[in-house]
Amino acid sequence: MNASDEIGEVVGAVLILIGAIFSLISAIGIVRLPDVYTRSHAASKSSTLGVLCALLGTLLYFIISDGFFSIRLILGIFFVFLTAPVAAHVITRAAYRDKVPLAEQSVQDELKDYYRENEIIDEVESEKKAELANVETK
Amino acid sequence: MIFKTVLVIALCILTLAILANLYRIIKGPSSADRVQALDSIGINLIASTAVFSVLLHTHAFFDLILLIGILSFIGTVAFARFIERGVVIERKR
Repeated sequence: MNASDEIGEVVGAVLILIGAIFSLISAIGIVRLPDVYTRSHAASKSSTLGVLCALLGTLLYFIISDGFFSIRLILGIFFVFLTAPVAAHVITRAAYRDKVPLAEQSVQDELKDYYRENEIIDEVESEKKAELANVETK
Repeated sequence: MIFKTVLVIALCILTLAILANLYRIIKGPSSADRVQALDSIGINLIASTAVFSVLLHTHAFFDLILLIGILSFIGTVAFARFIERGVVIERKR
């Protein structure tokens, strides 16, 4: 048991504990928040930060105490950092297109008018296509 | 000794987080809630794998971290496309 081992253990333990607590806070947000959009907000941001802290603690622990530098762990950190917000965005957009309602206390919905216009345009275009198909069959 | 205790405490906290996500999967009113909670469980699993590999002092599980990340992302995107359009892979017209 020498000094670098202890430094590595302290750094790793602190970062991993912080990451785990962030994950727990995110999970509490997922249970308690009122609608899918606020829950997605809690789930994506704080759990991404939590997992980043945990992975960084693992990386630093292995670097300091073993002298082992893992490029795979770096890749994992980079990948999670890149994809977790994208996944949250895709889910939230799917929920909005699926007409999942907002929470009752939410104040404004700026996408509403935009999507209504797009739906009208889509309906007009599909009617035109149907007419064209009718003409072609005649 | 304190180090291992802290790691076990961190694993217990992550387990609590996964259980909270599981509650959202069971109760969630819309399917988007469930997909979101599943994605969050995947992320918590990545963190638990990292903590576990520190606890066992091995670097054999680092592949697994990357793999769970990629699979969780692909699954989430596939489910989201299914919710949004009804199909996962669209046919060419």
